[in-house]
Amino acid sequence: MTKNNALTYLLTAMADDALVQGHRNSEWTGLGPVMEEDIAFSSMAQDKIGHAWALYRIQQEALGGADPDQFAFLRNEKDYRCCHLVEQPNGEYDFSLMRHFLFDHAEAIRYGQLQQSSFAPLQPLAKKLKGEIKYHTLHANAWITQLCRGGEESYARMQSALNVCFPLALGLFEPGGDAEALLVEEKVYPGEKALKELWMERIYSILTLAALNLPDEKNVQPAYGGRQGYHTEHLQPLLDEMGAVFRTDPAATW
Amino acid sequence: MKVSKENIYKALEQVMDPEIPVLNVLDLGMITSVELSAGEVQIRMIPTFAACPAVELIRRNIKTVVEGALHTTVNVEIDKEAHWTSNRMTAAAKEKLKNFGIAPPQIANGEAYSEILLETPCAHCGGKNTYLRSPFGSTLCRAIHYCRDCGQVFEQFKPLE
Repeated sequence: MTKNNALTYLLTAMADDALVQGHRNSEWTGLGPVMEEDIAFSSMAQDKIGHAWALYRIQQEALGGADPDQFAFLRNEKDYRCCHLVEQPNGEYDFSLMRHFLFDHAEAIRYGQLQQSSFAPLQPLAKKLKGEIKYHTLHANAWITQLCRGGEESYARMQSALNVCFPLALGLFEPGGDAEALLVEEKVYPGEKALKELWMERIYSILTLAALNLPDEKNVQPAYGGRQGYHTEHLQPLLDEMGAVFRTDPAATW
Repeated sequence: MKVSKENIYKALEQVMDPEIPVLNVLDLGMITSVELSAGEVQIRMIPTFAACPAVELIRRNIKTVVEGALHTTVNVEIDKEAHWTSNRMTAAAKEKLKNFGIAPPQIANGEAYSEILLETPCAHCGGKNTYLRSPFGSTLCRAIHYCRDCGQVFEQFKPLE
């Protein structure tokens, strides 16, 4: 395991998460429960896909990786490193909102730590993205809190969405074996376990305000496998759709 | 026009933001350096938001406008080290923004969310009895607020750290 391979492992996982979550967010365009939510999910989709692009760009420029568009759209399913959380279909608004809450707080924590990364290209990017994600978490917190105070049905739906999403969200912090160990040793980032602990603390304080109960980590099975290329049945159809236009003519220019 | 830094900046005043056409790239604080070397002009710029869809268009506009004004070769690069924050926007730019009907960003003060949640003066009536309706508006850099004084919705250029 070289440092470049380990960095590629980490950046691909982060970028693939952002790309797939961005695509899922974009599926709300035209279908949001109210107009502002339609706009919010569309804007966050644009942000996420832009963030994925910036990470693929760093891989290309600093690690000798492929062209970002080719890399984003022309790989086989097993070469994607996204977690199972982002692959899931949007479901009802409660599921999408809870996923967005858990995902964006995880990103906020990750980019917060990467501002001090020993891998220089990540520092300015992490600073920039962290500032933007502040608006995503602000949005998620506001809706989680409002819906949990909105009546019995909406409260019950948010709790149920949390129960479903939590084991999936633990997959955001899937242990990364030798690659992760090397990155921690090289001070690229503090490692998945440390990030997860910061994330748990952070979401716990907001879930408390919303009176939601965080499932006990000991009693759930984290949805691992995505980082190793093992995916749910939802990813392949999504990749087919996501890359359909690009594959029609990969050499096209705009 | 003579190729000088002064004239380059003068030409840059003509490059407007495609999404907010009353603001030029200098107003927005998007230009991080201007250099003259070996008969070429090097301009470095930073996007406001990482995923801003207008970046490539703005980059091309800078090149076209400055080359047209000074009849010289212009290279425009994205500055990867510099960090754009809404505090880079000039006071004059905030005034132009307000007159255009978009509330300007408050001074961004780090982690606190209060700057966007509270008392953003209404872009229509100036009232402060307002609340944030959604942190996402018609473009990535805008948020939607509601004014209880005049009963209208208005957009704001978001503060960004």
